[in-house]
Amino acid sequence: MIEAINEAMRQEMERDSRIIVLGEDVGENGGVFRATDGLLEQFGDQRVFDTPLAESGIIGTSIGLAINGMRPIAEIQFLGFVYQAMDQLAAQAARIRFRSAGRFSCPIVVRSPYGGGVRTPELHSDALEALFTHSPGLKVVMPSNPYDAKGLLISAIRDEDPVLFLEPMKLYRAFRMEVPEEPYTIPLGQARVVKEGDDVTILTWGPTVPLVAKLAAEMQTKGVNAEVIDLRCLQPLDIDTIIASVEKTGRVMIVHEAVKTGGFGAEVAALISERALFALSAPIVRIAGYDTPYPVPSVEDDWLPNAERIAEGIHTLLRY
Amino acid sequence: MLDPNELQVEIVQILDENGNGDEEKLAAFSDEWLLRAYREMRRARVIDERLLRMQRQGRIGTYAPFSGQEAAQIGSALALRKDDWIFPSYREVAVCLMHGMPLEQFFHYVQGRLSGKRMPEGLNIFPTQIIIAAQTLHAVGCAWASKLKGESQVSVAYFGDGATSEGDFHEAMNFAAVYNVPVIFFCQNNQYAISVPYRKQTASRTIAQKALAYGMKGVLVDGNDVLAVYETMKQAVEAARGGEGPMLIEALTYRLGPHTTADDPTKYRRPEEVETWRTKDPLHRLRVLLERRGLWTEAQEEALVAQVNDEVTAAYEAAIASKSGSIVDVFDYVYSEAPKLLAEQKEEVMRRKQRSGVR
Repeated sequence: MIEAINEAMRQEMERDSRIIVLGEDVGENGGVFRATDGLLEQFGDQRVFDTPLAESGIIGTSIGLAINGMRPIAEIQFLGFVYQAMDQLAAQAARIRFRSAGRFSCPIVVRSPYGGGVRTPELHSDALEALFTHSPGLKVVMPSNPYDAKGLLISAIRDEDPVLFLEPMKLYRAFRMEVPEEPYTIPLGQARVVKEGDDVTILTWGPTVPLVAKLAAEMQTKGVNAEVIDLRCLQPLDIDTIIASVEKTGRVMIVHEAVKTGGFGAEVAALISERALFALSAPIVRIAGYDTPYPVPSVEDDWLPNAERIAEGIHTLLRY
Repeated sequence: MLDPNELQVEIVQILDENGNGDEEKLAAFSDEWLLRAYREMRRARVIDERLLRMQRQGRIGTYAPFSGQEAAQIGSALALRKDDWIFPSYREVAVCLMHGMPLEQFFHYVQGRLSGKRMPEGLNIFPTQIIIAAQTLHAVGCAWASKLKGESQVSVAYFGDGATSEGDFHEAMNFAAVYNVPVIFFCQNNQYAISVPYRKQTASRTIAQKALAYGMKGVLVDGNDVLAVYETMKQAVEAARGGEGPMLIEALTYRLGPHTTADDPTKYRRPEEVETWRTKDPLHRLRVLLERRGLWTEAQEEALVAQVNDEVTAAYEAAIASKSGSIVDVFDYVYSEAPKLLAEQKEEVMRRKQRSGVR
């Protein structure tokens, strides 16, 4: 996936000279995960910038760059560091269009690795997507495989609005996948049906998608036919695909790494109850991070949504 | 050892509070320029006083007056080219007017209309910033873009003394110096952040000296001397445009009125202090100079005030006569294209509007 992300940026930078890359260690070092590897060599130091260590500065200057005609791709080194830049994201970037009643727009992409299971220090693993879905004006995109990563990132770069592009670091090198060499786009706001099924709908996004897909395949051999949907974008949200699936299966599980209370799963559950309550045969089940700070590495596997918790949830749904 | 007590920061002044100054320096300013600066400052003062009264009458919303800071605002704006970028906070009305903002536009803003948020096309004025110091980073980014594109505009971040305590100010100063971008940090040190005085805001004797820590030039200027402000700003603008990078200007001034119309400054300022600063009024000293040179009379003063009052009335009336936006419009400015769920909310609002229209 990391190569797909790198290729998307490289091809877009070749296409559009307004695109620049900025962030901590993105130049000489090519990013701490090598997402920007080789970009400095190819595009030079007037397109790729190792910035001072200041997250608010990275986002705030990206806003100014964008309103004056550039197309910045900013990197926040780990999503847990984004709190430092929350004003510039939620109160500034998100509102430029609104604050100027349409005179200015803020086409920036903020890339950030996130998600758990890789034994990081504190505040490197937190899934904070709900902070951004609660900030009107931002778009929130979360790929779960190399093909989607490239197509979604190219769409994000070409988008006229600020986009949070959240990259599950566990999946950076988790598996290989054929990705077309030429540039292509995947529209923001289209969910992907990973596996069709009619017994239960599992809605998930980002790092938990491969886990859920694997479990669903195993369940299939035991006679449980789960439909797995990777939302891919939380804002804009593909509500039609969600509701169509719920109406087919009548049973819903939502899986995400973020803490449960106030997580985006709660919003999805509320939307389903507003639009398809009478299609439900069972209460909606949410499998999420517990309502604690992201824990220490020695216990994170028990904190994260895992195979055991998800299987248990499916059995609960099927009891009804 | 670096000792801040040994640092000498001199204040740039051309015209003192009694309208006197070094003749050689004064000679650099034409009569036309002096008259223009005075007219613009007087216009700004009249507008400010009217806005304050109109808020008291309930005709406009909360307002942050700038009386006392006209020289800092007009003097700095006079040194700019029309295509330079301005990133104002909420107290920079005189700057924005000087840079071309139509007065009617401002009435839309203070009447809380959506149209008040949209500066006319071609005016390089960023929307009013409420979050303290957030705009300093936008100015740096904007200047950075100018530099990358090889364009010659400079960007100016306007902010107050309180903003220098915010992290964004420091990050902005640092980025600006590291990338050597054509930005000017124009701080109006009006000595109060709402009620908190300068000495509680920072232990630094001046704001100007903070520039040194970032490898940037800083200058302290008498912010009530429009000549000194203009001259200082002109040098900073020329340097920035010439590729010499950013500069921090501290314009030492005083807010004669309240923080906003929701504030009572007698709670935190002694009347004697305010009176002292009234004697340093930026308009007074220039008027003294103009009258001494036989360039200005009481009759001209009265005519100008009457003219601006008419202008204010006309702008206000034009604003209230124009069509006010509706709740339906707010959905159009969130994304380039409203996502489905947002579009549904807009439709819901439109249906309700139509229903109530029928009733």
